[in-house]
Amino acid sequence: MHIMEGFLPVKHAIGWSIASAPFVVFGLHSINKRIKEKPEQRMLLGVAAAFTFVLSALKMPSVTGSCSHPTGTGLGAVLFGPAAMAPIGAVVLLFQAILLAHGGITTLGANIFSMAVVGPFAAAAIYRTAKTARLPFGLSIFLAASLGDLLTYVTTSAQLALAFPDPAGGFTASFVKFASVFALTQIPLAISEGFLTVIVLNALARFNPQELKEMNVVTAQEVQG
Amino acid sequence: MKRHQNLLMMLAVLVLVAVPLWMVQKPAPGPDGTEVEIFRGADDQAKDVIATLAPGYRPWFKPLMEPPSGEIGSLLFALQAALGAGFIGYYLGVSVTRSRMRREHNKEAQC
Repeated sequence: MHIMEGFLPVKHAIGWSIASAPFVVFGLHSINKRIKEKPEQRMLLGVAAAFTFVLSALKMPSVTGSCSHPTGTGLGAVLFGPAAMAPIGAVVLLFQAILLAHGGITTLGANIFSMAVVGPFAAAAIYRTAKTARLPFGLSIFLAASLGDLLTYVTTSAQLALAFPDPAGGFTASFVKFASVFALTQIPLAISEGFLTVIVLNALARFNPQELKEMNVVTAQEVQG
Repeated sequence: MKRHQNLLMMLAVLVLVAVPLWMVQKPAPGPDGTEVEIFRGADDQAKDVIATLAPGYRPWFKPLMEPPSGEIGSLLFALQAALGAGFIGYYLGVSVTRSRMRREHNKEAQC
């Protein structure tokens, strides 16, 4: 989902940066508030960031014959709420943009928007909906993480289609082309991300039930089950 | 049951990674003898799509720093993954020990 350095026209690059900035600022504010109120959650926040670090570094092969990577933002979105993931995703993307020439400074805003805003917000909303529908804990997490991952790549496709509409078919035709590169490749990876997120959350629910209960992620009943 | 489930999910991830490697066959080299690359990055392929949609487009900004070779690039990616995995491992290790000690403590208190 990394749009390469310089590959968004200037107006789009600025526009997406302006769109992402408030999320990052508000996210920093919400993290600061949370750490001040509950300093013991600092380590768990580190785990959420670490998970994004690992997963976004893993480029995995897909059935389409190309490689892509998961995002790892679903875990943090479920634990800390989607806002907290904007600055965390921004740090990961900045690391890759500066040191790895993967993504870029000019496309940072657009990449933050897809990976650290749309993905986490979708994941959190799906998790909440699944819980309201009384789906089992594991399934809810799986749906949230995998669909959040997929939607990140759908967003990237839309961003590129907006910037490079098809001369004949306009936005829609262009979106289909980019989505067949990004979203299609991502399907098996999104499923992998869903499984990996459930595995980590299962471990956290087993060994840190108190913290998760305090964060309203699991109920006492689910911890025992 | 839970442990069983986790194991199955790990297995599923392995299968999801392995199946494409086995399924996708490398196409025969083109008429001019150039090898067709498979398992390229999707980000890179998006660049090709842009080239067909807007042939005149030139990127207006260059990366500030590029890893001098693919090897160095993979070193940095490995570093990124290692830092993350190390932290998660540390935290889970602490949590496992803490929950065991808590259990033992409770057992003693009951005796």
